Amino acid sequence: MEPLGFFEIWAGVIGRFWPVWLCLAIIMGGSAVFKRKLNLYGRLYESPVGMIGLGIVLFWILTAIFPDVIATFDPLEQFGSIKRKPPGTIETSTGIASYFGGDNLGRDLFSRMVHGATFVLTVAPAATLVAYMVGITLGLPAGYFGGRADAILTFIANLVLAFPVILLFYLLVAPGVRETVIPNLMSGVFFAFPILFFGTLFYSRYATRPKLLAVQLGVTIVIGAWLYAGLVFDADPFGVVSLDPNELNIFAAVVFASSPGVFRIVRGLTMDIKTRDYVAAAQTRGERPWYIMLWEILPNARGPLIVDACLRIGYTTILLGTLGFFGLGLAPESPDWGSMINQTRGYIRIMPTIVLPQTIALAMLVLGLNLLADGLREQSLKD
Amino acid sequence: MLAFLARRLVVMLATMLALTFVVFSLINLEPNLRKLALEQNNTRMTDEAVDSWLEKNGYRRALIVRYGEWLGNTVTGDLGYSTRFRKPVVDILPERLGYTGILAFWVMITMVPSALIVGVLAGMREGSKTDRSLSILSIATTATPEYVSGIIFTVIFASWLGLLKGVAKAGDANFINFTLPVMTMSLYGMGYIARMTRASMAEVMTSQYIRTARLKGLSFRAIVVKHALRNALIAPFTVIMLQFPWLLTGVVIVEKLFNYKGFGWVLVEAADNNDIELLLACSIVSVAVVIVTQLISDIGYAYLNPRIRVK
Amino acid sequence: MAEPILEINNLSISFFTRAGEIPAVMDFSCKVMPGQAMGLVGESGCGKSTVALGIMRDLGTNGRIVGGTIRFRGEDLTNMSEAGLRKIRGSAISMVYQEPMASLNPAMKVGKQLMEVPIIHEGIAAAAARARALDMLGDVRLPDPARIMDAYPHQLSGGQQQRIVIAMALLTNPALLLMDEPTTALDVTVEAGIVDLVKNLGEKFGTSMLFISHNLGLILETCDRITVMYSGEAVETGTIKAIFDDMRHPYTQGLFRSIPLPSADKTAHPLIAIPGQLPLPHERPPGCNFGPRCAHFEAGKCDQRKLAMREPKGLAGHETRCIRTDEIDWNAPVAGDHTNEPIEHGGTVLRVKKLKKYYRVAANEIFGGTEARSVKANEEVSLEAREAETVAIVGESGCGKSTLARVLLGLETRTEGEVFLGDKEIGAVEIADRDTETVSSIQMVFQNPFDTLNPSHTVGAQIVRSLEKFGVGTSQAARRERMLELLDLVKLPREFERRMPRQLSGGQKQRIGIARAFAGSPKLVVADEPVSALDVSVQAAVTELLVDIQRSSRTTMLFISHDLSIVRYLSDRIVVMYLGHVVEQGTTDQVFAPPYHPYTEALLSAVPIADTSVVKKHIVLEGDIPSAMNPPPGCPFQTRCPRKHLVTDGRCESEMPPMRKIADGHIIKCHLSDEHLESMEPVISLAS
Repeated sequence: MEPLGFFEIWAGVIGRFWPVWLCLAIIMGGSAVFKRKLNLYGRLYESPVGMIGLGIVLFWILTAIFPDVIATFDPLEQFGSIKRKPPGTIETSTGIASYFGGDNLGRDLFSRMVHGATFVLTVAPAATLVAYMVGITLGLPAGYFGGRADAILTFIANLVLAFPVILLFYLLVAPGVRETVIPNLMSGVFFAFPILFFGTLFYSRYATRPKLLAVQLGVTIVIGAWLYAGLVFDADPFGVVSLDPNELNIFAAVVFASSPGVFRIVRGLTMDIKTRDYVAAAQTRGERPWYIMLWEILPNARGPLIVDACLRIGYTTILLGTLGFFGLGLAPESPDWGSMINQTRGYIRIMPTIVLPQTIALAMLVLGLNLLADGLREQSLKD
Repeated sequence: MLAFLARRLVVMLATMLALTFVVFSLINLEPNLRKLALEQNNTRMTDEAVDSWLEKNGYRRALIVRYGEWLGNTVTGDLGYSTRFRKPVVDILPERLGYTGILAFWVMITMVPSALIVGVLAGMREGSKTDRSLSILSIATTATPEYVSGIIFTVIFASWLGLLKGVAKAGDANFINFTLPVMTMSLYGMGYIARMTRASMAEVMTSQYIRTARLKGLSFRAIVVKHALRNALIAPFTVIMLQFPWLLTGVVIVEKLFNYKGFGWVLVEAADNNDIELLLACSIVSVAVVIVTQLISDIGYAYLNPRIRVK
Repeated sequence: MAEPILEINNLSISFFTRAGEIPAVMDFSCKVMPGQAMGLVGESGCGKSTVALGIMRDLGTNGRIVGGTIRFRGEDLTNMSEAGLRKIRGSAISMVYQEPMASLNPAMKVGKQLMEVPIIHEGIAAAAARARALDMLGDVRLPDPARIMDAYPHQLSGGQQQRIVIAMALLTNPALLLMDEPTTALDVTVEAGIVDLVKNLGEKFGTSMLFISHNLGLILETCDRITVMYSGEAVETGTIKAIFDDMRHPYTQGLFRSIPLPSADKTAHPLIAIPGQLPLPHERPPGCNFGPRCAHFEAGKCDQRKLAMREPKGLAGHETRCIRTDEIDWNAPVAGDHTNEPIEHGGTVLRVKKLKKYYRVAANEIFGGTEARSVKANEEVSLEAREAETVAIVGESGCGKSTLARVLLGLETRTEGEVFLGDKEIGAVEIADRDTETVSSIQMVFQNPFDTLNPSHTVGAQIVRSLEKFGVGTSQAARRERMLELLDLVKLPREFERRMPRQLSGGQKQRIGIARAFAGSPKLVVADEPVSALDVSVQAAVTELLVDIQRSSRTTMLFISHDLSIVRYLSDRIVVMYLGHVVEQGTTDQVFAPPYHPYTEALLSAVPIADTSVVKKHIVLEGDIPSAMNPPPGCPFQTRCPRKHLVTDGRCESEMPPMRKIADGHIIKCHLSDEHLESMEPVISLAS
């Protein structure tokens, strides 16, 4: 059969993304109409850079939500007829066009790229979130109290930051490490932080209202314990939450690598904000330190933290790609962009386009996150 | 100043010790040792044989004792034997470091000046068209990791245009050979430094003393060169120095990507082949590079910023 | 008559933002004659700084001159080329502004920054420029000019830095000097030195000046003429005497009535605040900008069209923007003038006995400091305060007044000495260990309105949280009810409950701060410069509110301030502090009348008073306040004391002076003999 021409390919690809376009139109159109009521998020619509960034990020988030609707093939199935073939080749057994061609094993690149979004956009934000919990829970007291504990924590954070990332991953995400308890231990510690964080958050504020507090703590502990059991011990009684050992390993390593950065920025912000009069006012009315940290200081650090989180998700995406590029930790058939780059890059000479979908997808997502962060920073400074 | 240096040196040593100990323990994990035993003897060895081999070769002693022993050897210049290259580590590393040194040199030479120029140009008139386009450009380059840009460049320059080579031969520093790896690395790092410089420059340009200079009747060029630059370069200086850990990662990626057999390539080989002593040696080198650059950055910062120096 | 140096005609300046054009200065005219000093006074946001930057044509990328002319020696600056401007800037017109530290390049030696000016403008050699700079440093009375030339800005004190900025401005002998709040960031006694310097240099070099300030007293001391600005417009202009004694605009009059002049008194003549607040630039009313706040407002007349400046009948050289100026009886008694009942003071609430507070400054945390030094923030502070009494603590930066407050509130614990609240010792008890009752009975009102409320929580939630911590009310509903009552108490509408702090003006935020402090019916409120960051017209209202609440709740107030005018107005007793020591203590009348501690005397002389009938003795202190890390031996004030030579045996330098009882309740810590003390003359007196 005749392969598709250039325009047919792009018409097809754009058509496949229909659920993304639909949702994108609803979300961005709706937000633009109500932008006055949406604070910082709304003001993003006044910055072209921020809006483009947001558009790109939303595009990939939505793609990550609907991979099965968008993808044309199963991402793992191999077809001999599209193996290392150029974009637009028709797969003979099904008669469906392979928009971007097939990879070195004959798997459809377009479908793999679409499915790759799901992996990146689950792991990167989740790992960043956990890293934030760790960084905040340690950075707040370090910045607030200062002293010896701060000096030691800062020393450790600098230690981790001084470590070349690639070496860290070669040491932490290796099959040898996976056979030990280290990943479980690390994730055991890291996943305890969110529970600790929310527990302290509610307790520090609502200790005077026991009924409300009991409900909040109950919910925190039940949800926390459930996730904790599923993620750390792979023992979710309902069988909903589970993580492969290698995924757990990657997750723990990524959190480990990015929490010192969060720690540093939170500590710096805390040291700045704690000199404000409203913190002194809270102290003079007898507030406890954790209330002050979590309810007086943290909310006012949110601007820089949100911007940093966007950048950090982007950086984590790059990191995950690096892992894939070195073939570290991920299953070989996994459709993540880094592994795809690693597996296809040897065939550039035969078929140059074979590496492009995954590289461009990765660069585009990171670019979107960076533009979004830039737009957010610009808009939040305009107050 | 001396007290400051002494304190920094103590912290440096402590960091070194802590990091090497962590690396040592991670590399000497039980599964790695067993793998080593199997590789060194024959892969169908029984568990008992593995145990006795490990016992015989002293791998069963307490970790801290072995770390002490390794530390002693390292200090005296004995870095052990590489199982992958079947040579003493001391014979491998200097040559490979040299290759990487040349690569890193070219990267720094191209990256730092261009990043500073881009940053200063963008930051000196905040909000101008130049600023906006240069900023977007820097964001775009920071958003493109080496393994993406390197591949895209290879596709364009090597596969389609056929101008440059997609592989780089170590020890042969010429234009065709070096352009792609150097370009890939410096572009990625450039964006970051340029953005820092821009932010710093933009902040300095809005400060009161720049207004003072302007109202003294200085020309824009004199203001930028005499008053703004030095203050604006204090913050990026630290950033540039802290780029070294990143440069190491970049080196590893680029060397793998272009099959350039330098230090990064050795590190990957050592890690992939469970070459314990070579990997340890690579780790110390990396950590040492990072820590020494941090020290230089502290001293340089103190030099640039008189407020710190006098304290 | 000579040509004016500067002649501004109908100047309008706007800033262009995304929200559109925001006029900052409208129809502004003024004239500065050779050798004359023109004062420009107004509250924040009135456009006075914009005028100065407009003259310099340095309005940034958003600002633009949209109308009018600025003639400097006959040449119009508004359409001058960049190159032409560069020639004038720094050589013919120089500018000095508020933050001396920020105005100097931190990475360049002072000498180089000074020498640069003559080098670029006159092209002279470096050696000649250096000699000129050294001379000028001597002229601005800096000791040891050669050493200062080689110093970096951060190595110098604020006062020294400002002298350098002034020296830099005068190096090329400019025809016009623009000064934008040059002393606002400095301590009062340092300010007095700078003011003195500016006056003398103006005379010596014949420089014309445009002096911008929010402080009417400072303008009185430095200027010949004055222009009052309000909301982007000049509202009144004339000679100092004309404006201060025969004001012809309701805003000017309101300003004078809301500042604590010596004639004001909290019982006999309370301050009268201007109602309302400054309109935002894009919400200015039609007609007279001051209309909505004016007592003489007449609908149909004042709100019709933009008004022009006019000369009031019979007052040549005096101009006002008030359309009704000739209809108003300017000497009529003030509406709203009332008297307050004097307050009876009760028993002692607070007793501080020989309080001492040292801070330890360690060098390094992990390895321990080898050179741990201590800051002696409080050294022997003793005072008492009775129920419903207002005790002022007066002093400049580093005197230890804020440390005292921190110890009282339990944010720090004392090193030695005792602090009793009622009969409870609290000096050694940290806030975390205090019981709810103690916590709620000592509260604080903070200085900076923009910092006192947490920007992330609603106003209502913040007050309710205070009530919760103070154990007021049993349910959330009860606390909310109480919170609404507190809003009533500080005269804010109840809708403010749901407002975020950023939607409030400075004065409104400060009212919330007061509501929060009084939420737990405190026995003692520490007010740390509660109005000094507010605009003059708002200050009066907040001050009055504080006095009223204190009066009705019979709370004791410790009023911390450096401003003796407001202290004289508010307080029953005064404690003067210097470098951690109480140097004088007594009732307000005792402290304001001789005998004085030499420091009190200098402080009184330094405070500018906006009243032409007041005559002050002229005392300018040399040097700067020493560091509390390294206090001088003997009397803490000996390094700057102008009367030290009267004590001949050198005891001032070796021996701490004793606390001497001068009269009942009046204590002075000084070595001066009784004769010397008794021969002191009053610093402030009314001209007959």
